[in-house]
Amino acid sequence: MKSSRSSQTAPASPTTTRTMALWCPDWPITAALREYLLPAEHPVALIGKGEVFACSPSAREQGVKRGLRLREAQARCTTLTVLPYEPALDARNFEPVITAMEKIMPGVQLVRPGLCVLHAKGPARYYGSEERAAAVLLKTLAAIGLTATRVGVADSPFAAEHAARATEFLEDPGADPVWILPPGESASFLGSFPLEVLEEPALAVVLRRLGIRTLGDFAALARADVRNRFGVEGALAHLKASGFDHHSVVVRKPPAELDAVVHCEPPLARIDELTFTLRLSAEEFVGGLREAGLVCTVLVVRLQSESGEESVRLWRHPRWFDADDVLDRVRWQLQGSGNVEHGLSSGISKVQLQPETVEDLSDHADGLWGTGPDENIHHGLARVQSMLGHGAVLTAMVAGGRMLTDRRVFIPWGDPPSEAAAKSRDLPWPGQLPGPVPATVFDEPRPVQVLDGAGSTVDVDRRGLLTAVPAVLVVAPPRQTAISSWAGPWPIVERWWDSNGRTLNRFQVVDESGTAWLLLLVDHRWWAEASYD
Amino acid sequence: MSSPAAAVVQAVPPGQFPGGTRRALSAVDQAADKARLKAELQSKINGMQNSRPSSRRLPTVPVLAGILPGGGLQAGAAYSVTNSTTLAMALLAGPSGAGAWCSVIGMPTFSVEAAAGFGIALDKLVLVPHPGDQWLTVTAAMVDVVSIVLTCAPQHVAPSDASRLMARLRQRGAALVTIGPWPHSEATLSVTGSNWQGLGSGTGHLRSRRMRITAHASTGRSRTADLWLPDLHHGPWSTSMSPSAPAAHSESGQQEFFSRPARAS
Repeated sequence: MKSSRSSQTAPASPTTTRTMALWCPDWPITAALREYLLPAEHPVALIGKGEVFACSPSAREQGVKRGLRLREAQARCTTLTVLPYEPALDARNFEPVITAMEKIMPGVQLVRPGLCVLHAKGPARYYGSEERAAAVLLKTLAAIGLTATRVGVADSPFAAEHAARATEFLEDPGADPVWILPPGESASFLGSFPLEVLEEPALAVVLRRLGIRTLGDFAALARADVRNRFGVEGALAHLKASGFDHHSVVVRKPPAELDAVVHCEPPLARIDELTFTLRLSAEEFVGGLREAGLVCTVLVVRLQSESGEESVRLWRHPRWFDADDVLDRVRWQLQGSGNVEHGLSSGISKVQLQPETVEDLSDHADGLWGTGPDENIHHGLARVQSMLGHGAVLTAMVAGGRMLTDRRVFIPWGDPPSEAAAKSRDLPWPGQLPGPVPATVFDEPRPVQVLDGAGSTVDVDRRGLLTAVPAVLVVAPPRQTAISSWAGPWPIVERWWDSNGRTLNRFQVVDESGTAWLLLLVDHRWWAEASYD
Repeated sequence: MSSPAAAVVQAVPPGQFPGGTRRALSAVDQAADKARLKAELQSKINGMQNSRPSSRRLPTVPVLAGILPGGGLQAGAAYSVTNSTTLAMALLAGPSGAGAWCSVIGMPTFSVEAAAGFGIALDKLVLVPHPGDQWLTVTAAMVDVVSIVLTCAPQHVAPSDASRLMARLRQRGAALVTIGPWPHSEATLSVTGSNWQGLGSGTGHLRSRRMRITAHASTGRSRTADLWLPDLHHGPWSTSMSPSAPAAHSESGQQEFFSRPARAS
């Protein structure tokens, strides 16, 4: 009644859309259970920023609730499985739900993972009535393993959502959790709801001061007055409260299928066979992207072997992937997983290529006269990479550290630079090497000998003092040179409390020929760390 | 074939002007001016008449430009360095400082931090530490795309492979620097003397180094220059004076790097 009155006063009468809303309660938990393959009754909590973001019903029974500190939650429920909250995971796991819905009812709009709305008119006509359409929907979702879903049908998406939520209070527990509001009754249904459901906290405070406590009271106000007093946002909230919604159902356009999946039957054990089989699919994959006006810059390659192992890796590309690049990544992924070439532990049965990040083709198009020398560089280096492997062509960064091998970070060509390395470089690092940097740094320190005048090995005693003056340096291949000047020991003690810590002494030595060495004394043995050649 | 550019180099080969003759010339100022002008023009003519197909010069660090045949690194030429990575880095620093891409192949011990100290841009430096048995293919692929390649050549390179690589170098206008001998090298650079300052017997730490560098050109001529590395962290070509500069440094002029009258070695 109220709605009809307010629609008469409105300058343009709002239209109603019969809407069906599907709500999956606790979707983040459901998604996590499905992702990590946990049993439904297992107590699970999702943690965001150190607090419980969502928890499963079994955890809730034991006193875990939203907003609790992690430690407190673990104390209340000792068998609690704690997982980080990932919004991407929610969305990813809701995708099959939408796909299943779209197969039986077109025109689905995803509001957020766990909640979607669709036009009720079409399905109601096709299946005979709204009740039957809702029952079909619930049955379809139960078939893919979702049993706790609820459906509401009303005149607006907002009312339908709350109808679906209200199925919790249905009298008959055996019936389908479906709440259908007959046309025109949405406003009276919403009338008893508190103002908080509008999710407009500032407006709710003002309305409460005016003595308005429910949506029904709010909807009873004249729309023009609300608009004059509370502006556009107020008017929109008023529409929602009166059972209309300024949001109509915006139908989702199903995204184009860009993934490529190749099943190998029988499974292939040789890399060259596999890349040969994949070539066509890789070209189709890149071609499909290009037809959609896209290029892939980050690719996920998923390999499944016959024995059930799965190898997933994210590959970045400095420009974008073409078919050869895709094949190279598949090859490198297989080689890098510890298998020697042509000999995998078991055959590969399935290869999946997923574009993780796609960009617009026009942003990456080659210029009419080429895009300069960097393109050549990239092609040349990609060629070397495809010969030797992804990790064989490197760029380097200087990082922080005391030992010289710690101070360099190699990054495979095409991978993003390491932020940790850049950050650690600016730290003070007391004990790092003063003066010029040696031009040759050995990957592994090389054994040398330092002798005193009498020919016995020089050592450092427990007080950190030299036992004798170093006089002779013996470098392999056995070559003796007299030491003309030296300095040390410079002790380096890193993480002495840890078994992985380092305790060593450093020396700088210049031999007779004028070559300077950086020597290490570790555990009474001498090593050359670097040479100033 | 290329004769030294006397205008660029202060180091004059003593074979041309024996000390006595030179002193006699300097008695008459005008005659000396004329001689200098003549030498300058001669060097320009030589530069233009260079018989090398690509006689383009890559930017080179001044002191090395002085002793290299042709007055600098030539595009399409190969140079070998016998015993010093520092010297190889100094050769790379010139082109890299001018924005060229560099590549280091087969040198897992190459210190990138020292290279950065020399002014080599690390974001334009590509390393292939372990090319394995594909050294030639990788080097040839790199020559295609970068301006200067530093590599540790394998012990035995087939002469035909070496000439093919040289042909590619000339075609692409890149330069090759090898650690160790190389059959077609334009010049062989080596450190013939090295003197460190800052280190005592148990005291101090390495601060600065003086290197005597000798370049043997393929024509048989050799030239020597002294290189002063005050502090690798600030790059040896910075104009700031090192506080611990010895007397030899101050007498040679403002440059940190200086060439001294060369002598035949």
